[in-house]
Amino acid sequence: MIDVKCRLNGKEHTLRGHSMARLLDVIREEAKLTGTKEGCGEGECGACSVLIDGVLVDSCLVPLAQVQGAEITTIEGVAHSKHQKLQQAFIEHGGAQCGICTPGMIIASAALIDRCQGRVPNTAEVREALAGNLCRCTGYMKIIDAVQAAAKP
Amino acid sequence: MIVGTKIPRKEGLQKVTGAARYVDDIVFPDMLHGVTVRSTAPRGKIKAIHFAPSIRWNEFTVITAKDIPGKNYVALITYDQPFLADTVINHPEEPVVLLAHHDKHVLEEARRAVTIEVEALPPVLTIEESLAKTQIVWGQDNSPHENIFKEYTVVKGDVAAAFARQDVSLFEAEYATGAQEQLYIENNGMIATYSAQDGVTVWGSMQCPYYVHKGLLPLFALGDDKVRVIQTETGGGFGGKEEYPTLLAGHAALLAMKAGKPVKMIYDRQEDMAATTKRHPSKTRVKSAVTKDGDLVGLDIDFVIDGGAYNTLSPVVLSRGTIHSAGPYHTPNVRVHSRAVATNSPPHGAFRGFGAPQSIFALERHLDEVARKMALDPVALRKRNFIRQGETTATSQTIREPVDLAAVLDKALAAADYDAKKKRFLAMNPSSVVKRGIGFATFMHGAGFTGSGEKTLASVVGVEALANGHVRVLAASTEIGQGTNTVFAQIVSDTLALPYDMIDVAQPDTRDVPNSGPTVASRTCMVVGKLVQSAAIGLEQTLVNAGDYKHGAGADAFAAACAKYIAKHGSLKCYSQYQQPANVEWDDKKYQGDAYATYAWAAYVAEVSVDMATYEIRCDDFVAAQEIGRVVHPVLAEGQIEGGVAQGIGYAIYEKVVWKEGRMANGQMTNYIMPTSADAPPIRVLFDEQPSPHGPFGAKGIGELPMDGPAPAILNAIAMALDVSPRAIPFLPEDLMALVKK
Amino acid sequence: MRANVSKYELVTPASLADALKLCAGGHKPFAGGTDLMVLFESGKLPPGRYVSLWGLSELRGITADDAHITLGALTTYSDVRVNAVIAKEHPNLCAAAKETGALAIQNRGTLGGNIANASPAADSPPALLVAGAEIELRSLAGTRWVAYDGFHTGYKQTLMQAGELITRVRIPRASDRVSYYRKVGTRKAQAISKVCVAASAKVKAGVLSDLRIALGSVGPVPLRCKHTEAVLVTRVIDAQAIKEARDAVQKDIAPIDDIRSTREYRLTVAQNLVAELALRFVAS
Repeated sequence: MIDVKCRLNGKEHTLRGHSMARLLDVIREEAKLTGTKEGCGEGECGACSVLIDGVLVDSCLVPLAQVQGAEITTIEGVAHSKHQKLQQAFIEHGGAQCGICTPGMIIASAALIDRCQGRVPNTAEVREALAGNLCRCTGYMKIIDAVQAAAKP
Repeated sequence: MIVGTKIPRKEGLQKVTGAARYVDDIVFPDMLHGVTVRSTAPRGKIKAIHFAPSIRWNEFTVITAKDIPGKNYVALITYDQPFLADTVINHPEEPVVLLAHHDKHVLEEARRAVTIEVEALPPVLTIEESLAKTQIVWGQDNSPHENIFKEYTVVKGDVAAAFARQDVSLFEAEYATGAQEQLYIENNGMIATYSAQDGVTVWGSMQCPYYVHKGLLPLFALGDDKVRVIQTETGGGFGGKEEYPTLLAGHAALLAMKAGKPVKMIYDRQEDMAATTKRHPSKTRVKSAVTKDGDLVGLDIDFVIDGGAYNTLSPVVLSRGTIHSAGPYHTPNVRVHSRAVATNSPPHGAFRGFGAPQSIFALERHLDEVARKMALDPVALRKRNFIRQGETTATSQTIREPVDLAAVLDKALAAADYDAKKKRFLAMNPSSVVKRGIGFATFMHGAGFTGSGEKTLASVVGVEALANGHVRVLAASTEIGQGTNTVFAQIVSDTLALPYDMIDVAQPDTRDVPNSGPTVASRTCMVVGKLVQSAAIGLEQTLVNAGDYKHGAGADAFAAACAKYIAKHGSLKCYSQYQQPANVEWDDKKYQGDAYATYAWAAYVAEVSVDMATYEIRCDDFVAAQEIGRVVHPVLAEGQIEGGVAQGIGYAIYEKVVWKEGRMANGQMTNYIMPTSADAPPIRVLFDEQPSPHGPFGAKGIGELPMDGPAPAILNAIAMALDVSPRAIPFLPEDLMALVKK
Repeated sequence: MRANVSKYELVTPASLADALKLCAGGHKPFAGGTDLMVLFESGKLPPGRYVSLWGLSELRGITADDAHITLGALTTYSDVRVNAVIAKEHPNLCAAAKETGALAIQNRGTLGGNIANASPAADSPPALLVAGAEIELRSLAGTRWVAYDGFHTGYKQTLMQAGELITRVRIPRASDRVSYYRKVGTRKAQAISKVCVAASAKVKAGVLSDLRIALGSVGPVPLRCKHTEAVLVTRVIDAQAIKEARDAVQKDIAPIDDIRSTREYRLTVAQNLVAELALRFVAS
């Protein structure tokens, strides 16, 4: 077992677990933040997306030992950030149906909006940015609408 | 009016903030984790179960069929599927042993340390083998029905006479569809507890709490009040959480009972894909008789679906597929013969569309082939034969409500710029490596249970008023992403003229809500929604009769009236039960009559491009036009259509289950390919509204409809682009190569 | 999750020197985790001790001198995608990076890890083969550079010896070349390739020289198609040349049937794409 010091949603945190433990499990079981979901356990579906130092990752593919000193943002951290607007847009535009991909989808969208620095991404950019986040409910149209609406300054 | 507006989804905030609690997010103190040990052979006899000595088994809770306190069958239509295989193995994912332990990591090692010794028997793995009866794997009784779960024959007019006419051309071809995985992003999962006092309680991801309830009663030999089933937030279903959760709930509860502790069982993706239900593979032989002007005077259809190892819902899936097989056409002479057969793969089950996408694929491909061979315009051919008001379907059901499918088709074609594109593609294709095509399909989809299904279900819905005037809908119909909570709240809000925020929907819990039937068959908004409306009217009437309230008097007056009533009577609830409308009649023996109270009507247009260097197929644009009665919530309704279309695109050109000895060999999201956001095309959704008397505010069912059209529309587009006749889905690049290289 | 996490140890070394010591002692290297974590979760990663390379700054960074572009082994696909020099001189490599998985994978997957993992279906090896890449291998015993062509010796086998780490990858500076990259993988993102082709050449008056073609997913290792290259250089690319090239492809590759595709499809598409790239090159 190791102790890993990091910042989780803006707060200092010590995460305890096996060095190889999936960040996904540590976030859910140790930090009790269950907004991050497991969909496939192989880096395909993106339901477990989080940001590490602002960079989009699949938390099922990150071992605990690799987040020493990192800044981790989960869906629970988005509600208190500038990306709250994204959450509102997902509700208004119908971007969330069953909701299980939604936290990961919003995290990936937040990363895209950050990269765009105030510019509204075009549809092709949104499609590419979210291609690692599978949604079985929406056909993606309403998600794209939501992201573009939220990206407007 | 809230109905018709895009009011925010009831549980939207919880979902976008990550606060919504799905079953895997719930933890009980002292909870164990459970896993399933499965057979490895598709068919055989269990000789022994070996537990390797490397594991300290006394730390584990171990369950086999011998531990079952009641009956070892999953109570559904028939009682053939065991919760745990005892002596016989009928498919390669058959559950045999259950294990529980507090440490899920140790549990995986234990799972690998159990060996099921099976004396293998030769399996039946395809529809052809099953029909040929190479082995009898189900219903051994020396009757013609061996290996056959269910058989239907539908007859309208005189098919033989139509085919014997001198003025018709005859066409015949066989079409096939593959299995499809529902691929909800939340895997199946359950938590169970047991105590002598309260009996069994399960929480989990499911569509049909009362199916689970019904299944657990005989398993534990407990009374109604000793089994309680609670639906947790559910991350997608699409039919995949219709019947299977009963099995998993039973497993978790068996472990919980023996361990005396809560037990959580969450499938990982690989187990969920391999072991749970998929869409039935099918074969359809279509024969048609068509006059030179394009009148479809005869259809003779033989439809077979692969049910897998146990009966489960196959008879009902077959029924819907059978009834939809003749399409939205008024063909005077129709014969449909259909069978669901047994094979040694895991049972195939409910999946959005429920048999209809299979048979509709066959007919809509066939009609395009007929048009090509007769040099008729496929649009004109369809329009000539569309059912109009007053005409009859294959089951001789007279369509009483107004219908204008030709107008829906025109709308779709115009939006897709069909004529111009078709012309342009035909001109450009000969000189291009990338060939383009545009195709369409027209179809209908019946809303609600088939035939007398709704009458038999006799669903009940309750509405409860609280002292503060808030109203709660009490129903077992689940929110699985489609918008149940929102739509029910809209209906009550408008019925009672109360603000949307005053309406809540109770969590489906069999202790607290009546059985409003399963969340399936495009019935929740139309059938259950109508009951919600009538219960709400009843509730208001109670207050009016008490002399304390007048309709439209406002939220405050309503709250005051509720408070007064509750102070006097303790509570205020009103229930409503389904009554078959007087003019809806169904003959289950002849399979004739009003198969569904009403239908949605649709025309879908797909545009594709095919790269002849790689045979890669892309759907570039999609238009989905449909008449669905009153649109209760435009954003949710569009979302249903768009999501269904994306699944249909997957069904057509991406999603292939690779079978090896009855087992799914590609049970990972890496190797079973569903469309990503980079693959799905823009989808444009168009609605016509022809309010139906059968649903609240004129609504009809829409959930399954969008699954029916994409596959035939896309394959018709490919056929146009390449002048070929693809007859099977999924149609992958490998299949296209084989077809064009021939 | 099918692994028993308590049977694994992932050690974080303070420096490359420490990592090499650990490797010499039997620890196995672990970089961005995009391959190994998938194996781990499916219960297929051998239990034992691993060394995390992710934090080693010595293994990061892309630099260019007159002769080479040198990439640290921990260079991610995302790093490659946005590098202007690589984009200009070796666009195949950028294209490969862009087509690997999706963004979250590109942010964690590393070039060194991809090479060491030695999957015949990986997306960047064909581009590296065409670029003429060399691999730096380091151990406590010393450092050696090996040509990437020939690095993969068999299915999931490489020239790496026990205790060795991939530390850098270098590719020669290039100019005045045409290039071609195409990944065929059923869907546009999150796909494992069924066939993957990279090529580059010099073109003068419709004639190709120094043609390099490499394919992935068509044999036990990513491979150069030297018969095919020989057929297509220093001649007019006409129907006869294309026919000969298609035949040569058959000699160069050894595709198989698996759950993702078929032998016949892979062969046919490889032949089609070789024809496509040759015609595109001479037309450019």
